[in-house]
Amino acid sequence: MADTLVRVGVADFDPGAELARLEALPGGAVASFTGLVRDDGGLDALHLEHYPGMTQRAIEEIVAQACVRWPLLGVTVIHRHGTLPVGARIVFVGTASSHRVASLEACAFLIDWLKVSAPFWKQEQRRDGTTGWVEAAGADDARAQAWRG
Amino acid sequence: MAVLKILYFAWVRERIGRDEDEIARPEAGTTIAALLDRLAADSPGHDAAFADRGRLRAALDQSFVPLDSPIGDARELAIFPPVTGG
Repeated sequence: MADTLVRVGVADFDPGAELARLEALPGGAVASFTGLVRDDGGLDALHLEHYPGMTQRAIEEIVAQACVRWPLLGVTVIHRHGTLPVGARIVFVGTASSHRVASLEACAFLIDWLKVSAPFWKQEQRRDGTTGWVEAAGADDARAQAWRG
Repeated sequence: MAVLKILYFAWVRERIGRDEDEIARPEAGTTIAALLDRLAADSPGHDAAFADRGRLRAALDQSFVPLDSPIGDARELAIFPPVTGG
């Protein structure tokens, strides 16, 4: 039974502390991904809206799938919402296993699936005062679907 | 009377101008797409939000479903654009 932690909220997180939690498990292999607000030129902040009743459960389901597919000892997924300035952390995925390949693959699977099946929507707030909703990328769908193979 | 709560997110919410509607739950066999046709007649905002069905996604009782799914005895329907988290 993997030690899993899923947290959805406004608060920032400390990737070092999250890695330490996973490193304390008796695995020997820890992989992680941190996603940040990228400055695409003219971007001031991203506003992340989510579906409060559904988000936590949708992420827990993705984590449960990863735990079936790879021999994981621990999983951490943290996803923020609210208004996040350029450079701010948005998402953290960490996996612990006894095997390098399992931790790396499960980490990639989790972030690919979060992109297409966690109910979040990003709105760009630009320095010129305009806003716009980010369009879903077809390439993200393709990456997630590739894990079905 | 059974009630169906309908939640809107992102630009769907903005076009409609509010984040939810509450309606009498339609007949169980009614599909989400058929309900959207009906709601589109309610206001110009609903019409604008639901015009391009290819850009809409849905969840019934907080699980993703296709737009041609029957509403059945669900209590909560959500309509939104494709998700862009992560």
